[in-house]
Amino acid sequence: MNKVLLIIQREYLVRVRKKSFIVMIFLVPLLILTMFTIIYLIATYSDDLNKQRTVWVIDQSHIFSGKFQNKHNIVFKDSQKQEKDAKADLRKNEDDFLLVISENYTKADSTRIYSEKKPNFTITGEIQDQMNDISTNSAMIKQGIDTAKLHAIKSDISISAKQITDKGEEDSSVGAAYGAGIAGAILVYLALFIYGAQVMRGVIEEKTSRIIEVIVSSVKPFQLMLGKIIGVGLVGLTQFLLWIILSTGVTVIAGNFLVKDKVTTVQKEQQLKTNQPVKVQTSPPSTPVPQSPAMEAYNSLKTVHFASILSCFLFYFLAGFFLYSALFAAVGSAVDSETETQQFMFPITLPLLFTYILSFSFLINNPDSSLAVWLSIIPFTAPVAMMVRIPFGVPGWQLALSMVMMIIGFIFTTYIAARIYRVGILMYGKKASYKELVKWFFYKE
Amino acid sequence: MLSIRNIVKQYAGHTALNDVSLEVEKGQVFGLLGPNGAGKTSLIRIINQITAPDSGEVYFDGQKLDQSHIERIGYMPEERGLYKKMEIGEQMIYLARLKGLSRAEATRRLKNWFEKLEMQSWWNKKIEELSKGMQQKAQFVATVLHEPDLIILDEPFSGFDPVNAEIIKDEILELNRKGATILFSTHRMESVEELCDSIALLNKSHKILDGKVKNIKNSYRNETYLIDYNSPKIDFNGSQPFTIVEETNNDDNGNSIKIKLNSGASANDVLQYLIPKVSINKLQEVVPTMNEIFIEKVNQNQPSHE
Repeated sequence: MNKVLLIIQREYLVRVRKKSFIVMIFLVPLLILTMFTIIYLIATYSDDLNKQRTVWVIDQSHIFSGKFQNKHNIVFKDSQKQEKDAKADLRKNEDDFLLVISENYTKADSTRIYSEKKPNFTITGEIQDQMNDISTNSAMIKQGIDTAKLHAIKSDISISAKQITDKGEEDSSVGAAYGAGIAGAILVYLALFIYGAQVMRGVIEEKTSRIIEVIVSSVKPFQLMLGKIIGVGLVGLTQFLLWIILSTGVTVIAGNFLVKDKVTTVQKEQQLKTNQPVKVQTSPPSTPVPQSPAMEAYNSLKTVHFASILSCFLFYFLAGFFLYSALFAAVGSAVDSETETQQFMFPITLPLLFTYILSFSFLINNPDSSLAVWLSIIPFTAPVAMMVRIPFGVPGWQLALSMVMMIIGFIFTTYIAARIYRVGILMYGKKASYKELVKWFFYKE
Repeated sequence: MLSIRNIVKQYAGHTALNDVSLEVEKGQVFGLLGPNGAGKTSLIRIINQITAPDSGEVYFDGQKLDQSHIERIGYMPEERGLYKKMEIGEQMIYLARLKGLSRAEATRRLKNWFEKLEMQSWWNKKIEELSKGMQQKAQFVATVLHEPDLIILDEPFSGFDPVNAEIIKDEILELNRKGATILFSTHRMESVEELCDSIALLNKSHKILDGKVKNIKNSYRNETYLIDYNSPKIDFNGSQPFTIVEETNNDDNGNSIKIKLNSGASANDVLQYLIPKVSINKLQEVVPTMNEIFIEKVNQNQPSHE
């Protein structure tokens, strides 16, 4: 056992000391910080769009004028000027818009909006919505429907997603779960491949450099394989833990400087307007209060259970890694160079690839379908499938079953891989076929 | 020291070792000879417990070979190799620790070896930065660093330049003097006569000859002598106690003949016959070289298998 520890130590240190490892440790949090900053900048930019705009209305149909409702970012004013003069005014007030509604407003292209700058679609969308409302209303009134009744009939529905959990109702955001599911699936998929390939390359390196024979005269092949797998696994774990710590660190610090600031000012505004303590929630408050996109993102992220996703990620990364890297080690032992690995790699990684592709379409949209459940229980596909499902909530028994299956799965693949590995590492210059591998498996000790 | 009994090892399709038995005594330099593919490496791998025999047993110091003996064996495979990207000092210590040495002890011994072989400046170098000869020297040090009782070297001299080969040979002999038993395989016979106390000859998975080098050579003496004499060529009339195998004329009346004694005759009879006739410069028994024995033995065994 002591020797396995020695091997783990070497495999770990050799990789952790590499420059590329150290660079990656800092590069990823830096990327996250950059992304964060970009999101912040976009948020601030969109705040700029929330600035009040004036829309001058020339209504030749006389149906709309005076019926537009001012919103927090749009003020409607009837223009008394001629269209030509009004257009000229736009040159002076470059943030203003001019809305021209012709007499026959239902005709296509009969309503135009003019501006110095390109109008953004939140404004055109808002105008369009209001015009449709007004037009329907006036049509209904024309048909003799009472306006008061009309208002009573009209509903204003906004869906606020609540999830029923043991702790009672919780706010949930489908969007955030979606993002977390996809991110988890991509990360676990990439991690399994990157670290699995590292194990395989390590085995090939030992084989081609021929040190393997020196090592296996000191330790059993199984000890070497196990030591290598655990060593590389720990490297992966170190990398992810450092990433998580550093990324949380930089985002918290950056958050203090950027978003927190923003959120609190918005919250203060909100407080002033509603005059009651702020509850952080995803659904917009009934009173239309401006919500900055930064805050919306901040809030919806809060509905994701990071702790449970992270611990599941670490479990499925490690278990999936043990399962696949054992097979990768067997592949490495069977070949003489990395170029020969293709024929074996493809079938081994097929289940993972299949789940990965499915996760973007079917699984993420149907996280509780029976296919998703099965895929998250079968050990070969579980790491990716389960990461997709976790943010949407997975029944405890399924999670437990899946984890037990993962452990059984990697013991099984390690057993198979070890039998191929012990023969493969001493075979040189022989092109291995599947038939050969089966033969190796049945070799006596 | 090492007792190999009735080892059989089969690989898919062919037999690598067929009922091979050997005895290696403590303190010997033992040569395992044979042409390529004879089964030498298979046998060595079994002694190193890299593979297990299908049947037969290996005893180490009277005990059945097991994992506990690994630390007492040092092995240098034919295909040398070290981690290319790892620094030498660290790598040697790692390999020694896998053989059960403590870090401190490994470091101390390694420093001595590096000093002895003038390798001090290599400590922090990576293997890939060294020449092939240097790599082999490093590999040798890695093999013996844990001071094994049994040192197994597979084709130890292949790949060394003459200077380094000589250094390594001296080191092997010194380790042997200090009590280590050496087992090495080779197909180069010159090294055998120089180094080995005993040999075993493997061919086509069978052991076809083994024993002390001296005894083997004695048994292959065939009463052939080489004589140099300094006088005009003599005519032999058939009454001489030998038959002539070969005759050569050198310059300045120097002649040499290779003779085979008639049965019952001795070297003294030859001298008595020749002394009145010629002035003799040299009379030397022609003992077959291991190489000749090797070739003869291998060829003898060839037809029976074909």
